[in-house]
Amino acid sequence: MTRRTLFLVLPIAIFVLVAIGFYKGLYMDTETLPSALIGKPVPQFALAAPEGLGQKGFSTTDLKAGKVSLVNAFASWCLPCHAEHPLLMELSKTTDIPIYGLNVKDKPQDADGFLSANGDPYTAVGADSDGRVSIDFGVYGYPETFVVAGDGTILYRQVGPLTRDILKDTILPLVKAYQKTGTAEGSAAAPDNGQKRAAL
Amino acid sequence: METLTPEIGQFALVLALIMSLVGATFPLIGAHKKDETLIAMAPSLALGQCLFIGIAFFSLMAAHVTDDFSVLNVVQNSHTLKPMLYKVAGVWGNHEGSLLLWTFVLSLFSAGIALTPSIDAAFKARVLAVQAIIAAGFFLFSLLTSNPFIRVSPMPIEGNGLNPVLQDPGLAFHPPFLYLGYVGFSVAFSFAVAGLIQGKVDESWARYMRPWVLVAWSLLTVGISMGSWWAYYELGWGGFWFWDPVENASLMPWIAGTALLHSVKVVERRGALKHWTVLLSILAFGLSLMGTFLVRSGILSSVHSFANDPERGLFVLIFLVLAVGGALSLYGIRAAKFEYGRPFHPVSREGGLVLNNFILFICAVIVFLGTLYPLFLDAVSGTKISVGPPYYAATVVPLFFILMVAMGAGPLLPWTSRAKLGAILFSLIPAAIVGALALGFALFDMKDVMSAFGFGIAVWVICATAQYGWRVWQKVLPGGSAFERLMRIPRGSWGLMLAHAGVGIVVMGITAAGAWQQSFEGALKEGQSATVGGYTFTLEKVEQHVQGPNYDARRATFTVAKNGKVFATMRPETRLYDQPVVQTTEAAIRPRLNGDIYAVIGDPNNNGGYAVRLYTKPLVSWIWGGALIMAAGGVLALLDRRRFAKRQKSAAPAAAEAGALS
Repeated sequence: MTRRTLFLVLPIAIFVLVAIGFYKGLYMDTETLPSALIGKPVPQFALAAPEGLGQKGFSTTDLKAGKVSLVNAFASWCLPCHAEHPLLMELSKTTDIPIYGLNVKDKPQDADGFLSANGDPYTAVGADSDGRVSIDFGVYGYPETFVVAGDGTILYRQVGPLTRDILKDTILPLVKAYQKTGTAEGSAAAPDNGQKRAAL
Repeated sequence: METLTPEIGQFALVLALIMSLVGATFPLIGAHKKDETLIAMAPSLALGQCLFIGIAFFSLMAAHVTDDFSVLNVVQNSHTLKPMLYKVAGVWGNHEGSLLLWTFVLSLFSAGIALTPSIDAAFKARVLAVQAIIAAGFFLFSLLTSNPFIRVSPMPIEGNGLNPVLQDPGLAFHPPFLYLGYVGFSVAFSFAVAGLIQGKVDESWARYMRPWVLVAWSLLTVGISMGSWWAYYELGWGGFWFWDPVENASLMPWIAGTALLHSVKVVERRGALKHWTVLLSILAFGLSLMGTFLVRSGILSSVHSFANDPERGLFVLIFLVLAVGGALSLYGIRAAKFEYGRPFHPVSREGGLVLNNFILFICAVIVFLGTLYPLFLDAVSGTKISVGPPYYAATVVPLFFILMVAMGAGPLLPWTSRAKLGAILFSLIPAAIVGALALGFALFDMKDVMSAFGFGIAVWVICATAQYGWRVWQKVLPGGSAFERLMRIPRGSWGLMLAHAGVGIVVMGITAAGAWQQSFEGALKEGQSATVGGYTFTLEKVEQHVQGPNYDARRATFTVAKNGKVFATMRPETRLYDQPVVQTTEAAIRPRLNGDIYAVIGDPNNNGGYAVRLYTKPLVSWIWGGALIMAAGGVLALLDRRRFAKRQKSAAPAAAEAGALS
C-alpha cells in the first residue's frame, strides 16, 4: 500500500473503529454493568473530610456499622450532581438514612462552595482527591449512588443522577427491606435487583 | 384548547419528507446526466421543504402556546401556569420538539444555499441533494420514533410542567443557537460531499463554502457561551465550565469548525490543503451529529440528556454511520482525483495556518478521548476509569496556550512566500513586553501559576492583534478622515482582529475570575454584614414565601457598599417550584465591567441565620463579552466586501492592497 492510498483509507478505517465502539456502548446497559460489584463488600478505604468543610470523613468501618446507607459520588464540577442535589437534600431532611458523600477530584474550597450554596445533605464527606476510592467503587461517571447494606455489602448502584422515580420505586423500598434484617443475608423479602431495574 | 393544528403539522411534516426524498435523488441524477430540468428542480424543492417543515414547527409551537393538552408532547412538557416565554421555549426543550427545530434549521440553511446566486447550477444541485439526504434521515427519525404530534385521549386537564432548572431565559435560547451552529456545519459537509462526487475542489468551492462555515462557527460560539452563562448564574456557585460530556459534545464541533474556517482560507487563497479541508468539513459535521447522538442516546449520563432511549440512540448512530461513513468512503475513492494546490513556503501564512490546524486537531482529539475514553475502555476491557477537569487542565490548556502564543504572530506572516520571522518577531516586541508585564504582575498576585501564564498570554494576544491592526491601518490608502480610513480596512481584517482579540478577552476573563476571586461563605443573620474584596454586604432582610407565577421563593435583600457608600441592592432567591417540585438557586449578580459581585442565599441554620455565599469575580463578564466579540468577528469576516466583489480588481483597490496583509 502506498502512502497515498494509506492516507485515503485511514479516515474511514478510524471511523469504523469509533462506530463499533459507539455501537457497543449503546447496548452496554450502564445499569447492568455493576453486576460484578453487587453483592460484594465495599472496598477498603479511609478518607478524611475536605479541608475546611467542617464535616467528618468516613471509612469502610462506617459503612459496616449495621445501618443501611447511601454512598453518593459527587463533585462541584459535575453538572448532573447539581441537578440531583435537591433530591439528596430532601432525603436527608425526610429520612434518617445516612448519606455518605464521596467528593471526587475536587478542590476543598470548591466542595465547600458547592455545599454551602446548595446545602449539605451528607452524614460525612470523604475527600477522594485523586479519585482512588471512586475507582475502587467502580465509579464510571458522576454522579453515582450506591445502596450499602448494614454489613457493608453493595446492594444497588445508580449510574447518573438520581431521579424522584428511582428514589421512590427502587432505592427507598430496597433500603426499607434491608433495614429490617440489617445484613445482605436472609433478605429474601427484598426485591430482586435485576427485576427491579428491568421494571424501570 | 384542542385544535386542528397538530394534524396540519403532521401533514406538513410528511410533505417535507416527500420533498426531501425527491430532492435527495432527482437532482443528483440530473447533475450526473447533465439534465438541466432535473438540476433546476433542486432549489425549488429545497424552498418547498423549508416551507413545510416551517409549517410543522409553528404548528407545534401553536399547540404549546395554546395549551393544547390533547397533544402528548404538550402534556409532558407544559403547564398552564408556565410563563409564555417558556411555553414558546418549551417547544424545543424536549426531544421531539428539538428534533423538529433541528430539521427546520437545516431546511433554512438549504433554502439559503438555494437562494445564493452564481453558484454553478449542477454543483448547487449536488450540495442541495446532500442536504436533502440529511433532512430526509431526520424527518424519518421524527416520524418513526419521535413524532411530536401524537394525541392523547382522554385529554388531561393539566400538563406535567417543564423542569424549572430549564426555565431560564439563558437556557431558552441556548439550544437553538447550538443547533444553528451544529446544523450550519451540515452545509460544509454537503459542500465536501458534493466536491467529492464531482471529483473537484478548488478556490471557488472554498469561496462559496467559507461564509457558511463562518455563520455556523459564530452561532455555535454564541450558543456555547450562552450555555456557560446559564451555568454561571443558575447553578449558584459561580462556575461556568464543567467539562461535562455534553458541554464537550458542543466544544468538539466548535474546535473542528475553528480549524476548518482557517484551513478553508488556504484553499481559497492557494488551492492547497484540499484533502485536509474536506476531511475537516466531514469531521465538523460528524462531531455535531455525534453531539446529537451522545445527548439523545443517554450513552453518557448528564443533566442535559432528556431522552434516555437506546432505540433513538441507535437511529442517530445508524445515521451517523451512513452519513460520515459514506462521506469518508467516498473520500477514499474520490479524493485521489483532487489536483494538488500551488506550493507555499512552510514559514508563511499558510504554514502558520497549518500549525493552527495541527494544534486545534490535537485539542479536539484530546477532548474526544476525555469524553469517550471511559466509555470505550469499558466496552473493550470492562475497566472503569473516569476523567475530570484535572485531565483537561493538564492537556488542552497548555496546548491552547501554545496556540495563543502563535496566534499573536500568525496574522503578520505574509501569504505564500517565506516570512522574515526574525523581523516579524522583533516588531512584536512591544506586545511581548506588555504581555510579560501582565504575566509578572499576575505571577506576583495570583496563587495559581497556570492562571498567571494564561493571563499574560491573553494580554500578549490582544496587544499583538492591536499591532496587526496598526499595520493594516498604515496600509490602507491615505486621505480622507480617520473614519473613512477605518471603513476602508477590509471587513475580513476586522473579523480577524475581533475574533483574535475576543479569544484574548475570554482567556483574561477565565483566568482573572478564577485566580482573583474572593468569597465569603458562612452564616449571616438579618442586619449582619460581611466584607468581601472591599465590598461590604449587609443582609437587610429575608422574606419567606414570596410567590412567583409557579414557585414559592425565599428572597434575601443585601445592600452592597464600597468605601461606606451604598451602591447596589441585591436580591438572591431560593425557589421551590410547584410543577414539578424542584428547588433552584437564583443567584443575584451585579455584572460590572471590572468584575461581578455575586450573592447566593441558602438554607436557614439553627441560630436564626442563613447560609450565604458572596463573591467578587474580577473580569468574569469578559468571558461572555469576549465570546460575543469573537462571534461578531465571524460575522464581519462573512460580510467582507471582497467576497462580493468576485475579485474584480477595480472594485476596491484599497481593499485589494490591504488584502495583501490580511
